[in-house]
Amino acid sequence: MSTYTSDTPDDRAAMLAAIGAKSIDDLFADIPAGVRLDRDLNLPTGKAEFEVFDHLSELADKNIHSDREISFLGAGMYDHYVPALVDSIITRSEFLTPYTPYQPEVSQGGLQVMFEYQTAIAELTGLDVSNASVYEGPSAMAAAGYLAQLENGRDKFVVSQAVNPQYRETLKTNAHGYGTEVVEVPATDGLTDPAALAEVIDADTAAVFIQNPNFFGAIEDVQALVDAAKAHDALVVCVADPLTLGVLAPPGDFGVDICVGEGQTLGNRLDFGGPSFGFFAAAKKLIRRMPGRIAGETTDVDGRRGWVLTLQTREQHIRREKATSNICTSQALNALAGVIYLSWLGRQGIVELGELMLKRTAYAREVLGAVDGVEILFDAPVFREFAIKLDAPVRGVLDQLALDGINGGYPIGLDYPEYENTILVAITEKRSKEQIDLFAKSLASAVAASKTGVGAEA
Amino acid sequence: MQAEKATTIYEKSKPGRRASTLPVLDVPDVSVEDLLPASAIRKTPPRLPEISEPEIVRHYNKLSRRNFDLDSGFYPLGSCTMKHNPKLHERAAALPGFARLHPLQSSERAQGALELMYNLEGALSEITGLPHVSLQPSAGSHGELAGVLLTKAYHEDRGETRTKVLAPDTSHGTNPATVTMAGYETVKVATNERGGVDLDDLREKATTDVACLMLTNPNTLGLFDENIEEIAKIMHDVGATLYYDGANLNAVMGISRPGDMGFDIVHMNLHKSFTQPHGGGGPGSGPIAVSERMAPYLPKPRIVKKEGRFRYDFDQPKSIGRLRGFQGNFGVFVRTYAYICSLGGEGLKAASETAVLNANYMLEKGKQNERVNKYLPVAFDRTAKHEYVLSAAESKRQLDVRATDIAKRLLDLGYHPPTIYFPLLVDEALMIEPTETETMETLDGFIEALDQILEEAEKDPAFVQNAPYTTPVRRLDEAAAARSPVVTQDLDLLP
Repeated sequence: MSTYTSDTPDDRAAMLAAIGAKSIDDLFADIPAGVRLDRDLNLPTGKAEFEVFDHLSELADKNIHSDREISFLGAGMYDHYVPALVDSIITRSEFLTPYTPYQPEVSQGGLQVMFEYQTAIAELTGLDVSNASVYEGPSAMAAAGYLAQLENGRDKFVVSQAVNPQYRETLKTNAHGYGTEVVEVPATDGLTDPAALAEVIDADTAAVFIQNPNFFGAIEDVQALVDAAKAHDALVVCVADPLTLGVLAPPGDFGVDICVGEGQTLGNRLDFGGPSFGFFAAAKKLIRRMPGRIAGETTDVDGRRGWVLTLQTREQHIRREKATSNICTSQALNALAGVIYLSWLGRQGIVELGELMLKRTAYAREVLGAVDGVEILFDAPVFREFAIKLDAPVRGVLDQLALDGINGGYPIGLDYPEYENTILVAITEKRSKEQIDLFAKSLASAVAASKTGVGAEA
Repeated sequence: MQAEKATTIYEKSKPGRRASTLPVLDVPDVSVEDLLPASAIRKTPPRLPEISEPEIVRHYNKLSRRNFDLDSGFYPLGSCTMKHNPKLHERAAALPGFARLHPLQSSERAQGALELMYNLEGALSEITGLPHVSLQPSAGSHGELAGVLLTKAYHEDRGETRTKVLAPDTSHGTNPATVTMAGYETVKVATNERGGVDLDDLREKATTDVACLMLTNPNTLGLFDENIEEIAKIMHDVGATLYYDGANLNAVMGISRPGDMGFDIVHMNLHKSFTQPHGGGGPGSGPIAVSERMAPYLPKPRIVKKEGRFRYDFDQPKSIGRLRGFQGNFGVFVRTYAYICSLGGEGLKAASETAVLNANYMLEKGKQNERVNKYLPVAFDRTAKHEYVLSAAESKRQLDVRATDIAKRLLDLGYHPPTIYFPLLVDEALMIEPTETETMETLDGFIEALDQILEEAEKDPAFVQNAPYTTPVRRLDEAAAARSPVVTQDLDLLP
């Protein structure tokens, strides 16, 4: 119904007259008849604004979202609190509606945000440099792989199976393109075994990929894994969650070359999986191969401080086939939410939030582990997330929990057939002791009911 | 815009200030050292800003005022399609059922989201004229990668090894970059005097070791390739696929469909053709639509409808795999879907028609203006589609005023400049895309601004060469920034 255009019928007539065209059709005369659509698009007729909103509201209402249940679902994206000021700032039109800062004089706000964001990510990860974001976590890891392969010209990747399965799949899809082999190393008891990893790393290994905390929430012996890779001068790519880095040692401190991951936990909503942002930090020596936009500080003709997009000679719009990636868009708005959130959290807040999650996770692990018919899958120390094994069919238990308004978590057997009837449970700062206790109680009856066949039909 | 001195949020930090509030510890207080191995614990807290909420709000509000945005002014950035973003979309995307929906929620409990995606796939299929759609790619360039990897999988499946991909010299820079990432060599195809693909050059280069031709149609000169049917035939005769870079789809929605032109794979830039606030460079979304023969290779999972319910189908043995995490940029899908529902088929067509009308009107007004036509002639003078390219080569030769000088002076006059120095084959290019959402008066005003700048340049070139004058900073030293990059703040130097 609306076309969001601003011309009047008179304007149209005047514009056509100015062009010297009889009708709009004249402007399409160069499209051969054989490729002209000789009918209307088979789409519903346009609707009034409120009708569209009503239709979308109906669709939204069909979904069970995190306000309508107590969610322990994580496995890559998490139900963290997004403070009110984030939305308030990112919906300002000056941040919402410009494009890539191609004209720095009128884009200083966006460029400075990128610089502040890059600084925060470098500080959190303990690495020298950061770009201004990529699409999301898994493709950030794939981009790190491409960088590694360009950097050392080797043709093998070694990946721990304790790395999130979606990250590994994305890496494989990309690596197939430029012909790099991906070798996976099984995890043992929820952890990457440094000896098993060392066994497959050799002089052909471009990069070794690990995650900390890993997909199971477990804390890896990062130094041992880095040492195994460095013995053959392979680059080390570590996937991390920036929100854990107030408490966990920064990957850069262990000699990790590239740290990537999902930025959703930093002030971004779930949005059913996107948009969020991927972060990408690296050692200084890799800056000229880093993908994506980078803001750099400089001065103007009058000596005033300012920012520009820099090192653009790495990029597709200048280097074309010699570019270090094909990324053109960034996730600037989502990265802005990230830096606002980190400023809100602050130096003390990120430590306190991390400790709160750590302690509540320890508590949850204890009370859930004590439930009859439930055991903790792995012994390794964990952060925010851990796996439990059920003495009952997982689907039935999850359905039973849902009746109590609880989302019990992610059934990891979907990705790891060896871990049947297990759930990955995530504890964010939004999950109170009371909710955790409720979960334990509900889980106890769900497992009991499932074992006796009640509610186990799924 | 403000001319105040730039201060970073780290420089505003003061020990002890904070904004965040957190719940009190309600579980037993076990020490961190008891929960984690010593080597895993961070020794000093990360130096994030220490700043109060009012100060954060002020800081970012101040920064926002140092940005030019589409909601405040004309933004004719060619190839980027900066059209109006309907406000309804933000309200719809913020609905908790979308915004707070976890991507791993079981399909049975995310039926509304999957229905939206399924419906959107159907609409994009109809618009492109191709039967199968994957919404997964995150951006146009990501869609390109998907498309070229699909081509690779297709040929591998047939036991063929092909090594080259063709792209015209007018192509987006992402095309050759993508080709390299997919393990192919790029071969450039020349442009003819009409601004289309040079058929003789194409015939010579279309050999059986070519996997694909990547084409934008209308292309980056804003021109529809009249020989598209012949081009498709040449490529298909050698067994190659034809890839459509959909960055310029906004010119032909409801008028001509890539599928009908013979393309096998299309990427769409949802953020361009179907609106999405560009957010300072993102997020975007780059779904792909493909022909029947390419469907088995689409990224997985796909969404299927069975007995009225929506499900994921992971059972796609020939799929190229996953390109990113989860389901794609769903928040962008919501906005796109709202846009398509609002406009309907006839509205999409009207949008394209108006975009083309506006572009040709502006082009004509420029030609009728003696000064603009003299110094900034149209590079390829044909009926444009939704964008067109001027060359400042004459302005440079006669006035010593370059495309970049004109762009900077436009900033003073309240306009965002066009895209400059692209496409590469036009000397001193200025690529203008007005979009369908602008008024005739705005388009007239922009041509008058060009006239004014050229008049200023005739009198005093240095005046234009030194522009802008009214922005918070002027002509930044990009060379110095690249020579010794400062890309993070040195926090050690702060008090």
